[in-house]
Amino acid sequence: MSEEIVATIKGQIESNPILLYMKGSPQAPQCGFSAQTVQCLIACGQRFAYVDILSHPEIRATLPTYANWPTFPQLYVDGELIGGCDIVTEMFEAGELEPLIKEAADAVEEG
Amino acid sequence: MSGNTSMTQRIEDKLASGIALDHLEVINESGGHNVPADSQTHFKVVLVSDEFVDKRLLARHRQVNELLAAELAQGVHALAIHTYTPHEWRERFGAAPLSPPCQGVREKNPED
Repeated sequence: MSEEIVATIKGQIESNPILLYMKGSPQAPQCGFSAQTVQCLIACGQRFAYVDILSHPEIRATLPTYANWPTFPQLYVDGELIGGCDIVTEMFEAGELEPLIKEAADAVEEG
Repeated sequence: MSGNTSMTQRIEDKLASGIALDHLEVINESGGHNVPADSQTHFKVVLVSDEFVDKRLLARHRQVNELLAAELAQGVHALAIHTYTPHEWRERFGAAPLSPPCQGVREKNPED
């Protein structure tokens, strides 16, 4: 793992309370799993940051090892990995995602 | 791929040897994606186990990912994971969610 890329990833995760690493963009997802994850996040009604890993092959190559998570998308909230599409969807359907996202977004506004 | 063992079989064997399972489904979903016919790239696994009791989803998925690390490194491109305790599985009436439809372009190097 390149230290420079790890530093970039750490910086992204630390400075964005709601961050999605995905294939494509929220407007044009390039993968069904990324698209479904974006839909869950949009339904939570808060702004979120994203990184398109198709445009950043160096991040795509490094993040799975750094995060110990082999696939994309990956959702981070307050610096912690929440999971991929299946976990995000399950939490959304259980009503657990929206309060988590809202709390992270509110903390930013107050901050 | 090792010999004539299909990837589906490999995944089943790895999961069954690593987790005490009440129920296991391994489904090759590659057909719905923009990959050559007969691909073994996109899979969905459904696992029901007592071992998942009091374990967060992240930890359950990590356990599955770790058991399948070699397969993920050798051609399995997408892995949908659905994990349930026996109680959760009964509450779902024994049905896992559908995977989302593919929206992908064909990638030159999909092995990530």
